[in-house]
Amino acid sequence: MATARASWGRTVAAHAVLIAYTVIALFPVFVIVINSFKSRKAIFADPLALPLPGNFDLVGYQTVLKQGDFFLYFQNSLVVTCASLFCVLLFGAMAAFALSEYRFRGNSLMGLYLALGIMIPIRLGTVAILEIMVASGLVNTLTALILVYTAQGLPLSIFILSEFMKSVSNDLKNAGRIDGLSEYAIFFRLVLPLVRPAMATVAVFTMIPIWNDLWFPLILAPAEHTKTVTLGAQVFIGQFVTNWNAVLASLSLAIVPVLVLYLVFSRQLIRGITAGAVK
Amino acid sequence: MRALELKGVSKSFGKTEVIRNVDLTVEDGEFCVFVGPSGCGKSTLLRIIAGLEDASAGDIVLDGQRMNDVAPAKRELAMVFQSYALYPHLTVRDNMGLALKQAGKSRAEIKAASDKAAEMLSLGPLMDRRPAELSGGQRQRVAIGRAIVRRPKLFLFDEPLSNLDAALRVATRIEIARLHRELGATMIYVTHDQVEAMTLATRIVVLRDGRVEQVGAPMALYNDPDNVFVAGFIGSPQMNFLKAAALGERGQTLGIRPEHLEISRQSGQIAAQVTHVEKLGGETLVYARSDVHGLLTTRLFGEQDFAVDETVYLTPVAARAFHFDAEGQRLR
Repeated sequence: MATARASWGRTVAAHAVLIAYTVIALFPVFVIVINSFKSRKAIFADPLALPLPGNFDLVGYQTVLKQGDFFLYFQNSLVVTCASLFCVLLFGAMAAFALSEYRFRGNSLMGLYLALGIMIPIRLGTVAILEIMVASGLVNTLTALILVYTAQGLPLSIFILSEFMKSVSNDLKNAGRIDGLSEYAIFFRLVLPLVRPAMATVAVFTMIPIWNDLWFPLILAPAEHTKTVTLGAQVFIGQFVTNWNAVLASLSLAIVPVLVLYLVFSRQLIRGITAGAVK
Repeated sequence: MRALELKGVSKSFGKTEVIRNVDLTVEDGEFCVFVGPSGCGKSTLLRIIAGLEDASAGDIVLDGQRMNDVAPAKRELAMVFQSYALYPHLTVRDNMGLALKQAGKSRAEIKAASDKAAEMLSLGPLMDRRPAELSGGQRQRVAIGRAIVRRPKLFLFDEPLSNLDAALRVATRIEIARLHRELGATMIYVTHDQVEAMTLATRIVVLRDGRVEQVGAPMALYNDPDNVFVAGFIGSPQMNFLKAAALGERGQTLGIRPEHLEISRQSGQIAAQVTHVEKLGGETLVYARSDVHGLLTTRLFGEQDFAVDETVYLTPVAARAFHFDAEGQRLR
């Protein structure tokens, strides 16, 4: 009885903390979304009011959609995010496999070197990166962004994935070798499916900062045809006048694709966890 | 024809020598068991034969061909692992067929081979399940089936029964012995369990610290051990080691198996106190402590009544005693 009551109290406390955190985390998003559906006057009059028939206005979305380029911005963001994610996961997993599977001189030193990037922000190297991109003629291309984001995402990806790959049974890999699978087949067909939950974790951690980034698009690819959504939304923020309807509408729209990607990966995550549990 | 020949094989990880200059031949059709305590290098030696580890020195000759630089898949051998190592995302059928598929065999051929193996191991109803839906014993049978399907020249077993419960272990042991008879294939089997070694092997290789201590048929090792280590390792309960000087015998140590140590309440060579009695029905084990020789074990036939703390007299059967010198080598 006593333990049941204690655990009940504990459950309530845990949920209270989690709910409080969720509310705090979601509040700004909530404010952005509700205000995106309101008229300009209503936004300023009462920012926390819900969009009701009296103040409901789609002018923000109309502005954003009328501005034809916005689809291009979305497309740019998606291309950059997906391509970077692909590179981070592929190269990260390959490096992690090599580090965890093969014995070679300087293995742990190499692992440490590759993980150092977690501690040093890539933005410190912005000037050098810009010089490199200028020299190689990649300024104002999506390639520049993809390269930078791949470099930014790799350290964490290698760090997390190599730990997970160490836990994949050696016997399984050896059975594959005896059955005539090549090292690539062992990597793609045996190891990758088993570390899928870790891949999903890495994907989520990597994807969100890339999608939200303003810094590198602004510096490396500010041209009209390479603008990303976050940079595109800046169009509506002027020095003297800011079109808040349009800014909020574009930000609300920008949430949707990343939400979809997150749902895709988190489903992988849950599937991976349950697959491990029933084994 | 020799299925396997190891010539001066050594292996070291950094400065640690794990295998030291092992010479060994395994004849065609033999069931050869590597046995030894944990860390003696028996699994490493098996992995060197499989090609999963490179030997630091020496030659591995399979079926007359030097195989040092040949990939595991090309050595025409199959391996069964302690952890089963089934591919979790494939069905039983695909698990068994993968090696043939990799070798480019036709579908019909793969199906025929896996059906035949399934029949031998009565895996028929399980063919479309995934490993997660099988019990431990079934998984191990699938792992063995996967090895059979390839019709390899050499089977390698790496402690295949260690993860099974006692009853299943006996059943699978018999199964493996039957497969060896039916297939007539050469098998190399690694275990730390000397009972498995004794029951399965046509020849046992006893390893310690990466060296071969003795090679021979199970009964040859039991009845004629070369040194104290082999004498103590083979046979359960363990051989008794007595101080030879105290008995007026030659050498440093006198080895006597529990069944050759006679026990009497009246008189005998060694006086000892009974410390524990184990009645197994068919036999009784009496543990007695002597001041000079330490704890001694005797094995008696049938049910016997001895009380703890009773004084008994033990006498080694002279004809069945082994003499060892100070280095532990047998004096013949």
